[in-house]
Amino acid sequence: MPSVETKQDVKYEAVIGLEVHAQLKTASKIFCGCSTKFGAGPNTQTCPICLGMPGVLPVLNRRVLEMAVKTGLALHCKISPYSRFARKNYFYPDLPKGYQISQYELPLCEKGYLEVAVNGQIKRIGIHRAHMEEDAGKNLHEGLEAASHVDLNRAGVPLLEIVSEPDIRSIDEAVAYLKTLRDILVYLDVCDGNMEEGSLRCEPNLSLRPVGREEFGTRVELKNINSFRFVQKSMEYEFRRQEKLLREGGRVAQETRLWNTEKEITVVMRSKEEAHDYRYFPEPDLVPLMIAEDLIEEVRKGLPELPDAKRERFAREYGIPVYDAEVLTISKDLAHYFEACVAVYAQPKTVSNWIMTELLRELNNRGQEIADCPIPPDRFAGLLKLIDDGTISGKIAKTVFEEMYRTGRSPDEIVNEKGLVQIRDTGAIEALIEDVLLAHPGERESYRQGKAQLLGFFIGQVMKRSQGKANPGKVNELLKKKLGEEKR
Amino acid sequence: MKLGKEEVEHVAKLARLAVSEEEKEAFSRQLSEILTYIGKLNELDTSKVEPTSHVLDLSNVFRDDIVSESLPAADVLANAPDRESDHFRVPKIIEERV
Repeated sequence: MPSVETKQDVKYEAVIGLEVHAQLKTASKIFCGCSTKFGAGPNTQTCPICLGMPGVLPVLNRRVLEMAVKTGLALHCKISPYSRFARKNYFYPDLPKGYQISQYELPLCEKGYLEVAVNGQIKRIGIHRAHMEEDAGKNLHEGLEAASHVDLNRAGVPLLEIVSEPDIRSIDEAVAYLKTLRDILVYLDVCDGNMEEGSLRCEPNLSLRPVGREEFGTRVELKNINSFRFVQKSMEYEFRRQEKLLREGGRVAQETRLWNTEKEITVVMRSKEEAHDYRYFPEPDLVPLMIAEDLIEEVRKGLPELPDAKRERFAREYGIPVYDAEVLTISKDLAHYFEACVAVYAQPKTVSNWIMTELLRELNNRGQEIADCPIPPDRFAGLLKLIDDGTISGKIAKTVFEEMYRTGRSPDEIVNEKGLVQIRDTGAIEALIEDVLLAHPGERESYRQGKAQLLGFFIGQVMKRSQGKANPGKVNELLKKKLGEEKR
Repeated sequence: MKLGKEEVEHVAKLARLAVSEEEKEAFSRQLSEILTYIGKLNELDTSKVEPTSHVLDLSNVFRDDIVSESLPAADVLANAPDRESDHFRVPKIIEERV
């Protein structure tokens, strides 16, 4: 059938929007004083308010509003001068009140954007809205046959729901958007960004359309994704599934699908709830919010330098490559470490090289973060100074670094105690050279007859004999001189 | 304003109420009457009036981000119809099982 064959050739492009729920890093819940700490025993962090008992009165946690405004500003959103909460009504076992307090009309933040870098191109992705709401409880099914368990510790934990515009056109872009957003939230110190613990959750919606077509296809919402890797995998699976369906002449149904981590597929979610009839209405228990312009300005002034700006500044101010700047600004702590080193030892590129190779390797090997690093920045910089002033060689410095990491001691202490000070004295190096040449008469003869590549061999032998302490430049220079004399 | 039988069924379902056939008829009639009565308000021109979202003339009421004591799990679960190992026990939630 010709029509089917044509369909086989159609190239599809993805249209993606992301809904992200970020848990705001408060000590207490959004409307009551219960702790938000992760990992407490089941149902030990609840009270009449978050349990939805009759006659209680929720009151908004001031920090939630501050963090939401801060995030909204970082995402270039318009902060609504007037905003209020709404009830979203539905029944579910993890929702004790029978409604979730959220925002519907008049969300706090609207019409922002985020810029992400994909394949060296900057792309602007619109933020439709960001609003405050409370989380629901947690359902547990594992190992249970006929029942589910409900833990309400999470009920009432503050969330910021951040909804993008459907501006994303590839899975790479979606992943870049999520990573950028996560970096910003972590930099702002409003969310810890931990997807595994559920403090950052992502629900993509994805549809396909033939490349070049204007209208969107039918979208599918994906849920149950708890890691960055699965965000990517679930979308890849969903793209292939929809593509196959469309090529075979089928239609995509508008539905919610759950990511199955074991089978790595998406499956349609069976829901008993009548399709999205939430009957939102203004929350009568909470008074409206009037956000004054001066409060917004105050928060704006307190915004930290965001990852993008920091990256750009590092490259410009320190004259390091963009790649280095990207690596160093991956976390705020690492960026701070770099700057603290450079403040002591003003050779940014050397500092950057050492952080990106030795330090990050050591952290990776141990599965540690920069905050766990036992070497304070001034000592790290001190080590680099010792190389710079010729006290030790770069090679020895690596040994000293390992020792510093293991023991937390200062580089000078280690160098002095172990006698690692570099040998620069001409006489001493010449003596080493003499020893090496005497020990290798065959190579010495070959070199004399023109086998110039043996120079490297001699340098290696001299370095070895000095236990790595001889200054390599000096060895090179003196060897050439000595062997050159012999040739003549 | 008329509220038909189907709408009564829909609303009842959303509220998890079991309603008999006679009740559906009766509620349809009664709710329609109530809506018609309330509908009188639509005769007023409110185009220049800000919608009321709260009856009190208050805004920006906050609490500080301070942790206070929660209830002991035993108290939390005291009224639960069913419980197991400090959890509420509910009929199997199907949709996440898939």
